[in-house]
Amino acid sequence: MNDATRQTCQQLLGDLSAYVDGEAQTAVCAAIEQHLAGCENCRVVVDTLHKTIFLYQQLPQPDLPAGARDRLIARLEIEPI
Amino acid sequence: MAELSDQELVARLQGGDKSACTICIDRYGTAVYRLALRLLKNEADAEDVMQETFLNAFKAIGSFEGRASIKTWLYRITYNNAMMRLRQKDPALLSLDETWAAEDGAVVVPQQLFDWCCLPERELTSEEAREKLATAVTDLPPALKGVFVLREFEGLSTQETADALEISTDLVKTRLYRARLQLRENLADYFAGAHASGA
Ligand SMILES: [Zn+2]
Repeated sequence: MNDATRQTCQQLLGDLSAYVDGEAQTAVCAAIEQHLAGCENCRVVVDTLHKTIFLYQQLPQPDLPAGARDRLIARLEIEPI
Repeated sequence: MAELSDQELVARLQGGDKSACTICIDRYGTAVYRLALRLLKNEADAEDVMQETFLNAFKAIGSFEGRASIKTWLYRITYNNAMMRLRQKDPALLSLDETWAAEDGAVVVPQQLFDWCCLPERELTSEEAREKLATAVTDLPPALKGVFVLREFEGLSTQETADALEISTDLVKTRLYRARLQLRENLADYFAGAHASGA
């Protein structure tokens, strides 16, 4: 990897967050996509970053433990607010 | 009966209406508990913080001015209570958090470049992989975790997250990105290892 490429990879990483959220400006998107077409390492980072976000969005969310709501309401009854 | 708006709910809470407390708990209890659980890793601690959060909130409701939503305000109290508890339990953890905060401007360089995107679905969503995902979040430094949980799990906007955590929107963006990169790194290591061992 030459210095010019490395510099571009670092710049790309700085802009990536807005890019994966679809919030990057058009010119930034174009620059990122051009870089990705020629840089395998960055392509892997972008693909796996997308996938990471996707997997987290699929993750089941924890629920309140049984009785937690009633224990809180019972505590409100005895503690003046 | 039409559902009470958040504004009406706040007005009733401020008027000392006890039934409004129950409505508030039913509406936001799960969200408060989830944030606490992610931050504290432990169900008993999370329930304690949930209780403290609602007790604090109902006591302080008179000072709630409605600049942020009641939900954002509850998240803020939850976060502060959880942080206080973490500080009591493990002071070292918080200095680590401060180190992270100091590194907010630094560039994160991805290390693990194993391309796990095209692994079979059953490997990506296995029980073990799911556990790994959950643990990776709870292991994030609190400064990053607060942002990640609110943005990614609770669906708050950048502005709402900034209000809840009392930080700038730029810092929300930076920390969300750092959290995502760190989680990516974590998963890449895991999938590279699992793949190499033929699991
Ligand atoms: Zn690159």
